[in-house]
Amino acid sequence: MTTHDTRPGSTGGADTPGPLHGGPDDDYTPEQLAALPREELDRLGARYDGVEILHVEPGPEPGSPLEKRAVRQVGLYFGLAGLSAFAFVVVYAGAGWFLPDWQWELGSSSFSVLYTPLLGLLMGLAFTFFGVGLVLYTKKLLPHETAAQDKHDGSHFDRVTTGATLVGGLHNSGLKRRKLITGSLAFMGGGLGLMLLAPLGGLIKDPNEGDPLGTTEWAEGVRLVRDDGTPIRPGDQEPGSLETVFPAVPEGNRLSDAATMLIRLRPAQLEQAVPRSGQEGFGYGDYVAYSKICTHAGCPVSLYEQETSRILCPCHQSQFDVTQGAKPVFGPATRSLPQLPITVDDEGFFVARSDYIEAVGPTYWNRERI
Amino acid sequence: MARTATAPGAPTTALGKAALEVDDRLIVAGPLRRTLNKVFPDHWSFLLGEIALYSFIILLLTGTYLTFFFQASMTEVVYDGSYAPLRGIDMSIAYASTLDLSFDVRGGLLIRQMHHWAALLFMASIVVHMLRIFFTGAFRRPRETNWLIGVALLILGIFEGFAGYSMPDDLLSGTGLRIMSAIILSIPVIGTWAHWAVFGGDYVGELIVGRLYIAHVLIIPAILLGLIALHMLILVKQKHTQFPGPGRTEHNVIGNRLFPTFAGKATGLMMVVFGVVAALGGLVQINPVWLWGPYNPAQVSSASQPDWYVMFLDGSTRLFPAWDIYLPGNYNIPALFWPTVVLPGIIFTLLLAYPMLERKLTGDTASHHLLQRPRDVPVRTSLGMMAISFYVVLLLSGANDVIADKFDISLNAMTWIGRIGLLIVPPIAYVLTYRICLGLQQHDREVLEHGIETGVIRRLPHGEFIEVHQPLGPVDEHGHGQLAYGGAPVPKKMNQVGGARRAIRGFFSPIEEPTAVELEQRGEDRGLATAEPQRELTTSGRPAEGGRPSEGGRPSEGGRPSEGGRPQEPRD
Repeated sequence: MTTHDTRPGSTGGADTPGPLHGGPDDDYTPEQLAALPREELDRLGARYDGVEILHVEPGPEPGSPLEKRAVRQVGLYFGLAGLSAFAFVVVYAGAGWFLPDWQWELGSSSFSVLYTPLLGLLMGLAFTFFGVGLVLYTKKLLPHETAAQDKHDGSHFDRVTTGATLVGGLHNSGLKRRKLITGSLAFMGGGLGLMLLAPLGGLIKDPNEGDPLGTTEWAEGVRLVRDDGTPIRPGDQEPGSLETVFPAVPEGNRLSDAATMLIRLRPAQLEQAVPRSGQEGFGYGDYVAYSKICTHAGCPVSLYEQETSRILCPCHQSQFDVTQGAKPVFGPATRSLPQLPITVDDEGFFVARSDYIEAVGPTYWNRERI
Repeated sequence: MARTATAPGAPTTALGKAALEVDDRLIVAGPLRRTLNKVFPDHWSFLLGEIALYSFIILLLTGTYLTFFFQASMTEVVYDGSYAPLRGIDMSIAYASTLDLSFDVRGGLLIRQMHHWAALLFMASIVVHMLRIFFTGAFRRPRETNWLIGVALLILGIFEGFAGYSMPDDLLSGTGLRIMSAIILSIPVIGTWAHWAVFGGDYVGELIVGRLYIAHVLIIPAILLGLIALHMLILVKQKHTQFPGPGRTEHNVIGNRLFPTFAGKATGLMMVVFGVVAALGGLVQINPVWLWGPYNPAQVSSASQPDWYVMFLDGSTRLFPAWDIYLPGNYNIPALFWPTVVLPGIIFTLLLAYPMLERKLTGDTASHHLLQRPRDVPVRTSLGMMAISFYVVLLLSGANDVIADKFDISLNAMTWIGRIGLLIVPPIAYVLTYRICLGLQQHDREVLEHGIETGVIRRLPHGEFIEVHQPLGPVDEHGHGQLAYGGAPVPKKMNQVGGARRAIRGFFSPIEEPTAVELEQRGEDRGLATAEPQRELTTSGRPAEGGRPSEGGRPSEGGRPSEGGRPQEPRD
């Protein structure tokens, strides 16, 4: 049956095509297949794939009122989908051409306000109508067919033969006996792996160089300035008020850990005030300055309720009492907000007496405790 | 191959000839037929994962569009776009380009909002899909690998979403990033080193938006795409699970073939998902970054909430008590570490390990292709409800400031409600679910034994009133049904067993002949009767639960009560 190829350059082997790919072409001649109706061919192929068609409920009778109505419905949905899609294109392209301009202006109440909603609505309708039409098509017009497909377990034959091939290959490689090769392979693998990972070392930087987490831009004599850069005198704030201040350095209001709250206590608050031990002289008169960066997760604590002397962090609701050295009184924060020691300079403006004496912001592994 | 071209049955149409040309070169007819013939079981809950897939397609398309305009740079510029309230304000290029693609790109806002909505839907459908898998036991052998991949997709989705909404560099996203920075810092021993590696230095630096960008548009999506492909390859290879029912066994799949029915339905669903996302993107505003303003470390707005899929971690962070641990030598473990690193670590480890844990605890190592009804596995169902209630308490606590504000409740009370609720709600959920499961089980068995309540009251000659019950199958001498429970829904109403014929179609006037409908229904019964001999006993999978042959069946397919419930012979 097989003829061996003997042409020059050939190493032998069959020159006639083997069995055709996959299909049982030997069992079914083209003549036999040509004689079968389409439905039979469909079922035959399905059976060959392990699928048995158990039951077919035919679609509606051609020409019946049921079919006509379903066709009208599906056609309507497809038509509406097309209409919406074309309307989308008209609105999208027409704005600023034969329709009013789409670009939104503050306070405008015209077409531009409706532009995005209109686009979304039309696109949404187009897709949804298409989808609904398709579902109706399959439900109302296609035959309903119940099919069963077999599930096969793994084949023992496959397992054994594949195993033999794998083990055979491994055996032929002789890796089991040739210890030098396995050893050097493992050595090389380790080296290559490390070499490929090594460039990630470029990401690593020393976080302890210069103590960036423990220090801020505040220093002795640095003025407290507002967001717009103006300095503050003790008479500028009402009792009970809070102002966010920054160090008077370039871009000071963009620094991530220097934001500070300058609070003028009311006389009643001042009477109750219990500063943290060792930090009694950090305020100036009825003014105290606390870091604005929450000691829990680093959000700016922003909501000051002066009646209760509490500062609330809006991220996780930690609450700090400004009369008790900004001690946390509720919520997940553990530590007081660090206090900035302040005084006034020769010109009568607030300045820092030093940097914060502890790290501001969230706790970390080697944060020094005071 | 000229041989086939001249053979009988050779294609005569142009399309057929073209198909032959293709198959001559690629030999695809066989695999294509196998694909078209693939059978998919029909149940609405099997479409939940598809919603996730279609949302992912939207994310890829809209996301690619957005990259045409978004610039991931933290360089400061002065805004000069068409949104007047922010003109002249310093902001990063990232934020300015986000504003530009919202206000100065035609239709850009629609695409941006669709992208965000699709992300929310992607995560939501993953979670709901996972719950379906969990409660029906679809993760059991041989599908543990796909469970692992699914959980990995969920975790990656959270990171992908976080990276996405952190990129615009607006005030809300910057606040989220600040918290992420604190979370990384809170990791014991390596926290500061990890922070320096991720941010390239102290918070916030110049690099993070660019790094988030490449993670969001390349690294994570590539992994997601690969895992989704693997997830579906395994699904196709292992074939779909199905609920127990007439004719359904551990060794077959009953349903529709891919072509054309399933393909039509799936494409229809895809279009509806597209439509819903497009409508949401246009009509429902999401993350209006122009209202938040550019990020400034000294500013924050109240009611700062992350996207919903991260909110349970925000909730746990709010609820966890202020417990910093001080170690000797000036070392600390911040309180923040526990609710943001350890808790999700535990949650996702348990989630990943659940199939293995259940296998270990129940000793059930068999392969299962038939699903379980949640009521039949009360312990697992109750554990699931316990986990859900735990999660919901965390989720609501993530918005406890908004709830406190809207319902005029003390904020501190909300925190305490969450703390206490987190401990007591899950056990209550467990006990309640367990009782409900047992009650439902008993009711199923009661109906199998005594029949369906017909609502017909009959007075017996001696004056006793009884309600007539319709048995579901043959009865013994005491009038008790002999059907065993087979893990499939038991009909509980007369209409479910054909007590009434289906309605005649037509809105204003009937468009069907009533006699035709009657004939059609008889036909349906016959259709199933032919399949009868092939049925095999259906069990819920556990050997302990259902040894006996049972009909169990769905009434619509199970025929009339008079001939329904015939115990079947197990094949072979």
